[in-house]
Amino acid sequence: MDTAYSPEDLAFRDEVRSFFQEAYTPDLRQRMRSNHKEGAEEWQRKLNDKGWVAPNWPVEFGGTGWTATQKYIYETERSLAGIPNVIPFGLVMVANVIMAYGTDEQKEYFLPRILKSEDWWCQGYSEPGSGSDLASLKTKAERDGDDFIINGAKIWTTYAQYADWIFCLVRTDNSGKKQEGITFILIDMKSEGIKVNPIISIDNHHSLNEVEFSNVRVPAKNVVGEIGKGWTVAKALLAHERTGIAGVADVKRAVRGIKEVAIKEENGGQRLVDDPGFQQRLADIEVELMALEFTELRTLAAQAAGGFPGPESSLLKIKGTELQQATQELLMEIAAYYQGVLPTDLEPDALGHEFTTEARLSYFYGRAATIYGGSNEVQKNIIAKYVLGLE
Amino acid sequence: MNFDFTEEQQMVRDSIARFVQDDYDWDTRKAIVASEKGLSPDNWKLFAELGWLSIPFAEEHGGFGGNIVDLSVVMEELGKGLVVEPYFPTVVLFGGLIARAGNDAQRAEWLPRVIGGDVLGGFAYVERQSRFALHDCLTTATRSGDGFVLNGEKVVVFNGEQADHLVVLARTSGEQSDRTGLSLFIVEASAAGIDKMKYPMMDGQRVANVTFKDVVLPADALLGGEGQALTLVEALVDEAIIALASEAVGIMSVLNTKTLEYAKTREQFGVAIGSYQALQHRMVDTMMAYEQCKSLLFKALCEYKQDPAMAAETIHALKVLIDRNAKHVFGEAIQIHGGMGMTDELDIGHYAKRLMMINTTFGDANFHRNRFIETAFAA
Repeated sequence: MDTAYSPEDLAFRDEVRSFFQEAYTPDLRQRMRSNHKEGAEEWQRKLNDKGWVAPNWPVEFGGTGWTATQKYIYETERSLAGIPNVIPFGLVMVANVIMAYGTDEQKEYFLPRILKSEDWWCQGYSEPGSGSDLASLKTKAERDGDDFIINGAKIWTTYAQYADWIFCLVRTDNSGKKQEGITFILIDMKSEGIKVNPIISIDNHHSLNEVEFSNVRVPAKNVVGEIGKGWTVAKALLAHERTGIAGVADVKRAVRGIKEVAIKEENGGQRLVDDPGFQQRLADIEVELMALEFTELRTLAAQAAGGFPGPESSLLKIKGTELQQATQELLMEIAAYYQGVLPTDLEPDALGHEFTTEARLSYFYGRAATIYGGSNEVQKNIIAKYVLGLE
Repeated sequence: MNFDFTEEQQMVRDSIARFVQDDYDWDTRKAIVASEKGLSPDNWKLFAELGWLSIPFAEEHGGFGGNIVDLSVVMEELGKGLVVEPYFPTVVLFGGLIARAGNDAQRAEWLPRVIGGDVLGGFAYVERQSRFALHDCLTTATRSGDGFVLNGEKVVVFNGEQADHLVVLARTSGEQSDRTGLSLFIVEASAAGIDKMKYPMMDGQRVANVTFKDVVLPADALLGGEGQALTLVEALVDEAIIALASEAVGIMSVLNTKTLEYAKTREQFGVAIGSYQALQHRMVDTMMAYEQCKSLLFKALCEYKQDPAMAAETIHALKVLIDRNAKHVFGEAIQIHGGMGMTDELDIGHYAKRLMMINTTFGDANFHRNRFIETAFAA
């Protein structure tokens, strides 16, 4: 029972910290806001030059070979520096699938391109009629010689408007159980017959889309894993998505940010940070957060020991997203009347407020965190069934 | 003891509900919010013709002579339709202040114009630093000849973009946070020295930051006694909180109805999601959250109708409960609607945004819980 950092760990922490300070320039920070795609790609290329863009990949494919502690340190420093996570669709999601199930040809072609951020990926899982019940998906793939012909629609596809490739779950067989007959396939977004329809979300931004496929021809060699075994592939991927969503380090940073603004905000001459009601709200969040941080460490330690993550890993998504939402809500409350300001281009000086846009965007986008990656209700079903053994 | 509404109140309720149903569907509202003015002048005229703008005002000025319950009915129904026309800033705040603080001449001049739909008004009271402290006021009105000169800035003025007249809270004496020395002025929004920075809010309102630079005001712009404004404003705010709570209750009922409907029709795993007990219990919780708010609103209405001073403690409690339960209700509405709840296209998120603005207006739960503790634990 020991979590103290070794001297090597401390040296590593200093190295990470100074790299972030140097490499994540104010200029780049600005570009991440104004042009998300360009900024994200630029940052990921910098990380790749350093060899750090894919800490969780096996070394043979370009990973770092870090220990669990080093990964934890890296993640904490990233968040404290206010640096967003890498875009997960390529680097985290499809890469893991290709590494585990892909052919040599797929690995050789896609993995280096993912490391260099040459392709922008998006995820084609949900459909208008298939949300929590993902296995009911209907997008059809019919064999035609060496190709599949795809027809159907995917929804809630984040950043499809930028994407070069989409990884999709499609139905290749209708005859058996609904989990059977699903196939995991990679589709070039430049293919004929693909239409991307924007969906404006409640943060008034365009990141979500509906992607329609009409008679889209895709080579059969783009199937990852066996035909009809896509459900197994998909489930492995969802587990990866879940741990990433918890965002413990990001909640820690949000708490720190809340304290900073609550010092400045006053009510009739009294600082909000001194208000007992406010203090209690924040304390409640911090107490849960302290526990969740060690829940995460337990998960990391179990994974590092090669063991199967225990029930503590199932908590991560649920508790993590709840805490994210609690901090986002508190930031909105601190903004008071200003929480509702809609335009993002008003100068803080003229408006009279500094973080209204940040508060509003993170609050509303944050509403999705308990819905995507398998809604928290579905997570509880998983815990009930697989952890508690309830049928 | 009875919690029934009068026949007259039921008629007003029905008339607004019919308007919302027939003439204010979701697409119509969206078009109005996106229009240049952000409101429909035709609707405003219609509200005047139907007598809705006259509800809280005395009969001698052409008003309906309604009480707090009448106003509550109107606000609840307008809330259900998410009506963006500036009833709250013009009738409840602007008109309400003149009705309370105005002398005979001011009331005779302004109230018929409010009732007739000839004026769009607002109340400029928030400052950058003030948060929810009404008396934290840096805007000054200095005596000059017979009149005053106004200097300073007010922010997030509801209806500030379209308002042709404003009631402005300004300091005529004392220091920044003194409870005395505050005065109210009726100001023409296009007067020399006034500058508006206009911007929209997430709930469809158009607001403005309004700056006053050496704005010359005649003596009769002063509304109520010089230096006596705070008590008047606090009394108006009590009424305004009941009005907003009524709107919130209307919105919560719509959210619960729509979510229940969705849960009954949306199918996953081959059954309606509403057949899952986990979701059923949550919808029972949101139903209870709504009913509790309605009960506390009724208590506030009964007390306020008898004597506004009686309702003071309940009004703080009401603001706390509405804040907490509204968040609960809209949070579940978005969650149970899943991805659809995240879209701008669906109305659910817009109802949520209005509830959030209601929550912060005139103080959030934290602010009113502190006031409640001061009031209720004072003995």
